[in-house]
Amino acid sequence: MELTVWTYEGPPHIGAMRIAASMEAVHLVLHAPLGDSYADLLFTMIARSAGRPPVSYTGFQARDLGGDTAQLVKTRLAETVERFKPQALLVGEACTAELLQDQPGALAEGMGFDIPVISLELPAFTRKEAWGASETFHQLVRSLLNGRPVPQGAGDPSARAKAEGRRPRANLLGPTALGFRCRDDVIEVTKLLDTLGVDVHLVAPAGATPADLARIPEADFNICLYPEIAHSTCVWLERMFKQPRVRTVPIGVGATRDFVFEVARLAGLDPAPALAQARTRLPWFSRSVDSTYLTGKRVFIFGDATHVMAAARMAREELGFDVVGLGTYSREFARELRALAEDIGVEALITDDYLAVEARVAELHPELVLGTQMERHIAKRLGIPCAVISSPVHVQDFPARYAPQMGFEGANVIFDTWVHPLMMGLEEHLITMFREDVEFNDGEVAAPARAVQSAEVGEPDAAAPGAAAAAKAPGPNDSAPGDPAPSDPAPSDPTPSDPTALRWEPDAEKELRKIPFFVRGKARRNTENFARERGLTEISIDTLYEAKAHFGR
Amino acid sequence: MTAAASGDCAATPEIHHERGERQTFCGLAGIVWLHRKMQDSFFLVVGSRTCAHLMQSAAGVMIFAEPRFGTAVLQDRDLAGLADANDELDRVVRELLARRPDIGSLFLVATCPSEVIKLDLDTAAARLQQAHGERVRILAYSGSGLDTCFTQGEDTCLQALVPLLPELPTLQRSLLIVGSLADVVEDQFTRLFDRLGIGPVHFLPPRRVADLPPVGPGTFLLAAQPFVGETIDALRARGAHLIESPFPLGVEGTRAWLMAAAGAWGVAPELVEEAIAAPAARAEKALARYREQLGGKRISFLPDSQLEIPLGRFLARECGMQIGELGVPYLDRRIMEPELALLPADTQLTEGQDLERQLDRLRADRPDITVCGLGLANPLEAEGLTTKWSIELVFTPIQGFDQAADLAELFARPLNRRQRLAF
Ligand code: SF4
Repeated sequence: MELTVWTYEGPPHIGAMRIAASMEAVHLVLHAPLGDSYADLLFTMIARSAGRPPVSYTGFQARDLGGDTAQLVKTRLAETVERFKPQALLVGEACTAELLQDQPGALAEGMGFDIPVISLELPAFTRKEAWGASETFHQLVRSLLNGRPVPQGAGDPSARAKAEGRRPRANLLGPTALGFRCRDDVIEVTKLLDTLGVDVHLVAPAGATPADLARIPEADFNICLYPEIAHSTCVWLERMFKQPRVRTVPIGVGATRDFVFEVARLAGLDPAPALAQARTRLPWFSRSVDSTYLTGKRVFIFGDATHVMAAARMAREELGFDVVGLGTYSREFARELRALAEDIGVEALITDDYLAVEARVAELHPELVLGTQMERHIAKRLGIPCAVISSPVHVQDFPARYAPQMGFEGANVIFDTWVHPLMMGLEEHLITMFREDVEFNDGEVAAPARAVQSAEVGEPDAAAPGAAAAAKAPGPNDSAPGDPAPSDPAPSDPTPSDPTALRWEPDAEKELRKIPFFVRGKARRNTENFARERGLTEISIDTLYEAKAHFGR
Repeated sequence: MTAAASGDCAATPEIHHERGERQTFCGLAGIVWLHRKMQDSFFLVVGSRTCAHLMQSAAGVMIFAEPRFGTAVLQDRDLAGLADANDELDRVVRELLARRPDIGSLFLVATCPSEVIKLDLDTAAARLQQAHGERVRILAYSGSGLDTCFTQGEDTCLQALVPLLPELPTLQRSLLIVGSLADVVEDQFTRLFDRLGIGPVHFLPPRRVADLPPVGPGTFLLAAQPFVGETIDALRARGAHLIESPFPLGVEGTRAWLMAAAGAWGVAPELVEEAIAAPAARAEKALARYREQLGGKRISFLPDSQLEIPLGRFLARECGMQIGELGVPYLDRRIMEPELALLPADTQLTEGQDLERQLDRLRADRPDITVCGLGLANPLEAEGLTTKWSIELVFTPIQGFDQAADLAELFARPLNRRQRLAF
């Protein structure tokens, strides 16, 4: 058993729903108890989709358990096919149904439908949402391409395109309902490929029909936009249909350039014209004087592996931030993330325990948090600026405006998104210089200031790292394959300061309060650590300034 | 299948029964308001990742606050052996109680998976109570989708509290209001009962589990919510008497509700009229504005919160609306008869659900406004049907005189939005 407060991922059948909801002419029948239909609201409320997800539930209740739940499955299957007439039928089960062992997939296969029936194995007690999505997509593609021949000339995109007298063409694989900014990323990447001379053959799963999926091998190569969803499918396609895959995910200026080079090399094209057309303002904005104030900002990054890895590179190379910590809930990509963290010189946090992430943020005291909607709550509680970079997201993360993350325009969007929550340049100086101005005082900006302090004194809530560590107590199921060591040691950082051990002299306390609220928490912590290291029990004004000199900044 | 409700008086509507696919929450959703109502409580859902995900999705509106609920997510190992599962539960509870010293009462909430593997949480609660002694009270109830839908989770939760209620001393009498009300509404009713000399008045659920109300043969029960039938039965088994009444929605419902209590207390109706004259007049005045906006409009209810019948009665009789199909998850005659008697006799009442067929009927009928769950609202809006989320009716203070207009406003607002927008 694992105690969970908020979750980064739903169960695997939610992943299957995301694939079904992304596509056209597919329907998913889920063997699930009555209440599991709540999942529809993820699509209709969070993503504001105008249609219901194409999912029908058996919706069994206690009175059905005594009788024949298998019959209920058959009835729902028959009614669904009759009413929705899908081109392909997905059949799966949610956690409770898995325990009943009615084998809905086998039941469906025995019903003689004249459409492909894909029976999904979604182990609810060991796997999670992203895995479920990836597996569903993979199974769907596999069964629809089963027995199809490898096209002539496959494996050499450039030669094949030339032989057929056309531009090279690629599939964009991975965009999915409830993914982060997929809608706009597809448009942006399609435009970018067009300037390069590459056509998009099809996009999947988003917007694709089963008939479209059957045409996947006609493309010269695949672009894996969201590895969490499409990596295993792309690897399989490479093996079975000799379709090379592009590995770079074009988030950030550097990664977009790398992406252009990678695609150009694969398709035998000249990258120069596409790069010349790039309309990116980020490099100049980052070099402009105002961005001096961004330099060395300490950021913490958490989210799905793809967006975290891209954000880490952008943060360091394109905005000049210091990455002080990073992590992911995508255990499937733990190895890649660990390698990156090692490269940066920080410890990777591989967890889906919200409390562990909160503890790490409280411990590191970053100046900016880049994360999911969960980190937005954490940052809000701790009074730290935050920008959202990854799913899971809330309704406000499905903006009405065009706001891609990928490509050169995506980099522009990201620059704005990250810089916006930060206090900039002269503004920061003025607040520092005239901190006694009532407007900058606690009364006026009390909320964040209080939040920071409550985190500091370690109230008996989730913010206390010790408590989170206790709640975590990893069980054997806690670690995924390739993830043997518990990633987070018990925090040695004495964040929850014990007020009896260290006393702030009234003058020092007063001086501390002159420090702007958004860095005061850090100053207090640093000073207390400094004092503790030296065995002091009292903190004077001098201790405060000695600590400041010691830590710098 | 259609069956006329047998043995009913001719004036109450005919009932159509349906079975099939449902679109509603399971009873776990009740935790979303119960954990706020009972401030010293913590709800530990013992279930799967799905249950945790449901809680997060249903509670999405409140995600900013530190919740007093969590999920003990069952893992493969727990499924393999019940001994292990019980040990694991003990560990999780131990750690939770250590981490949250503020917990006064801990509810272990059963789910579909915990029930299917036959993890007995009642026994677990008794065992854990022994281990943790006086400091915390440990209880169990079921919020599973096998047994409960949506608001029914409150019924099972309150029912679990009934055996713990202290005994009301013999020869004393008291009024017990059953079903969660917003604190502000409770305070209003308390003041009114005070003026009428009715008391002492207690509420179930209480604001703190530590302050459980007493019950005994001198207890009179007044249901504040239409989803507490099992709790009422359990209270009656402890000697309490149910005061039959419509629910306190709208001026008419609230007046009838107070009158019913007054009747049981032997308070003269004139006294009640005097005490409620001012708030009732206020409410009438505030409602008049909405009667103009809502009058003649047609409303349909998809079965979800169990509030459908009293809401339909209020909207038809006090706001002049016409009722299309009125769906209820289940019809609880123990507490619904007084409401049924007030419902327009030609109301097309459906119990249960067969989702797709019901939606077909809805599309054919095209009412002016439809009350439905969150999963259906936007898709119906996209089809040009105006909607109101049923969950909001559970979270919002809507009972009593001073909330009657707020209740009407909840239905007027979506119509108003439709009217204002140029597209
Ligand atoms: S319906 Fe059952 S399995 Fe689904 S969330 Fe509710 S209790 Fe959990």
